[in-house]
Amino acid sequence: MHYFIFGIYPYIALSVLLIGSIARYERDPFTWKSSSSQLLRRKQLIVGSVLFHIGVLTIFVGHFFGLLTPLPLIEALGITHEAKQILAIAVGGAGAVAALLGGFILLYRRLADPRIRATSSTMDILILSLLMFQLCLGALSITVSLHHIDGSEMVKFMMWAQGIFTLDPNAASYTQGASWIFQLHILTGLTIFLIFPFTRLVHIASGIFVPLRYLFLRSGYQIVRSKKRGQKHPAE
Amino acid sequence: MKVRAQIGMVLNLDKCIGCHTCSVTCKNVWTSRDGVEYAWFNNVETKPGIGYPKDWENQKRWNGGWERTKAGKIRPKQGAKWRILANIFGNPDLPEIDDYYEPFTFDYDHLKSAPEMEAFPTARPRSLISGERMEKIEWGPNWEEILGGEFSKRSKDYNFEGIQKEMYGLYEQTFMMYLPRLCEHCLNPACVSACPSGAIYKREEDGVVLIDQEKCRGWRMCVSACPYKKIYYNWSSGKSEKCTLCYPRLESGLPTVCSETCVGRIRYIGVMLYDADKIAEAASVENEKDLYDAQLGVFLDPNDPAVIAAARAEGVPEDWIEGARNSPIWKMAIEWKIAFPLHPEYRTLPMVWYVPPLSPIQNAAEAGMIAAEDGMPDVKSLRIPVQYLANLLTAGDEAPVVSALERMLAMRAYMRSKTVDGVINLGVAKRVGMTPQQIDEMYQLMAIANYEDRFVIPTTHREVVEDAYDLRGGCGFTDGNGCSSGESSGKLFGSRKFVTPKDGWQ
Repeated sequence: MHYFIFGIYPYIALSVLLIGSIARYERDPFTWKSSSSQLLRRKQLIVGSVLFHIGVLTIFVGHFFGLLTPLPLIEALGITHEAKQILAIAVGGAGAVAALLGGFILLYRRLADPRIRATSSTMDILILSLLMFQLCLGALSITVSLHHIDGSEMVKFMMWAQGIFTLDPNAASYTQGASWIFQLHILTGLTIFLIFPFTRLVHIASGIFVPLRYLFLRSGYQIVRSKKRGQKHPAE
Repeated sequence: MKVRAQIGMVLNLDKCIGCHTCSVTCKNVWTSRDGVEYAWFNNVETKPGIGYPKDWENQKRWNGGWERTKAGKIRPKQGAKWRILANIFGNPDLPEIDDYYEPFTFDYDHLKSAPEMEAFPTARPRSLISGERMEKIEWGPNWEEILGGEFSKRSKDYNFEGIQKEMYGLYEQTFMMYLPRLCEHCLNPACVSACPSGAIYKREEDGVVLIDQEKCRGWRMCVSACPYKKIYYNWSSGKSEKCTLCYPRLESGLPTVCSETCVGRIRYIGVMLYDADKIAEAASVENEKDLYDAQLGVFLDPNDPAVIAAARAEGVPEDWIEGARNSPIWKMAIEWKIAFPLHPEYRTLPMVWYVPPLSPIQNAAEAGMIAAEDGMPDVKSLRIPVQYLANLLTAGDEAPVVSALERMLAMRAYMRSKTVDGVINLGVAKRVGMTPQQIDEMYQLMAIANYEDRFVIPTTHREVVEDAYDLRGGCGFTDGNGCSSGESSGKLFGSRKFVTPKDGWQ
């Protein structure tokens, strides 16, 4: 079971994430959207959404570099695992507070506001609840980490994550014996990856590429499309 | 010189009777769907009034349109690109649906299903969003119709700027006019500039501004960027939508639905040639009052051989050049200068133009004294203050509006002399700087307003656009994949595209 969750499930989740997203983008681009509900109720959205997004993005970037920076590179840079662990707790903790606070406002608004409630899909509520659950687990895990301030526990998860991407068949073994909080946190995280293409989370992918294209690839502000045969759409 | 063709529209407000036929036919064709019940691609406002959405003209509040920087360049008033992106999680300039109105229906079924009661059964209102009972409807699509409501509220109208407005609250001094509004299909659209996804674009061949529904991600920056608030967020599909200028009709040479059905025959559609290289310069002139003139400078004379040659070189089709020569827009906006862009101070170079309305003389007792010369009353004595019209149409510059109103009055006086007295009144024509031929032509276009004079619309040129062979067996408009209806039986991607709260009602 442990081997399935930490050795096989990651590949299933990542495959579904990748193939599902490509399929949705390609086959049903009309459904690819952020599903903003700001128009229907401005109250609570701005503060909730900004806090939530900034918190989640901080955490996301932290996890990305924290888990996937190659171990030899960290040693070469002379960063001790202890320092990294403290940084992770501090920055991640701050991000978690912001995200939890914002997420709570958003979830409350989604469930309590009649307009938002009536226009929410089951998936909208499910994914937000799941994210909140995941954030709580992540915040809880800080209490565990405080007992491993030397970062030894964190190295195990780095080895696991990097093992998954380097196709290390022993990857699952690195997480053996870790606290149940961490194990559940990883399982939930992988599940979020799994259902990503079927939720509104797909707007994250646009959130990464759209600003780059807008800021750097579009010269000036205007877009004019020519329909003349053989002519590509300029600025696209 | 980079010649491009643009379909433009003129609305002769002098003849608008405020019947809303344009709005209703537009709604029946384009927005009778879930998520856009509240959206009117075309609406008619009674002015003075705060309009739809509330206070839309006040860009200090909504930050729509463009602003000129100290360096003399323009940037969206919401902020430059990075600023727009920074607001993506929560757009501080976005109106809420209550600024338009909460869409509602009535419990009609109760009228026939109610049991026997003492009181006559009523159909009470219900929200079209949440499905909940609405005890009181606070605002609607046309709440200020014919000066409905108190003067203190409608006098918040932005066009009262610089006017001692208190006196217009008096019954004797009251005035009103209608303002039908639709997307301006601007030469310098602010919505396009604010869309991070690049989903909004201007068509090169006719200037129509459209939103690619498959590229729109619902970042909703266009809604706040448009100073006319003519982009609407569909809360059901999560995409923004706007007036399409009925491009499928235009492409086959037909006028838009709003124009076709206008019972007052106030709408004109035609081609304008313009120099795309001059847009940035024209939109960034320093003084707001110069923007109207700067926009006039962007258009190219379709009778100028150099322009015709350049247009041909750019691939503008021959019948479009011919259309530009016969364009009613060219005549009214450029030749006679009686039509003006709406709020040029937004720096979007809008392409729906308005002929200001004449109004009754304010004081009937004085009428005899004022109507001194050639049977033409003084424009200053008209009931609608010229400054008000100037704030609406020329960023506050009264002179062009006065000239336009005088030309329209002159046309009436000239035609009255001609048909009643049988006299050609050269004096009145000369006074407003027009020839009798021009006045005759103006009369033909504005008073007679024949269908073929109002709408000079060359058809699209499919042969240069696409290979018609590829279109065989095509499906027309779909919101989904090819010929499917867009609703797959399994909902793999949660593609409940159009949420229908009505489904959940009981």
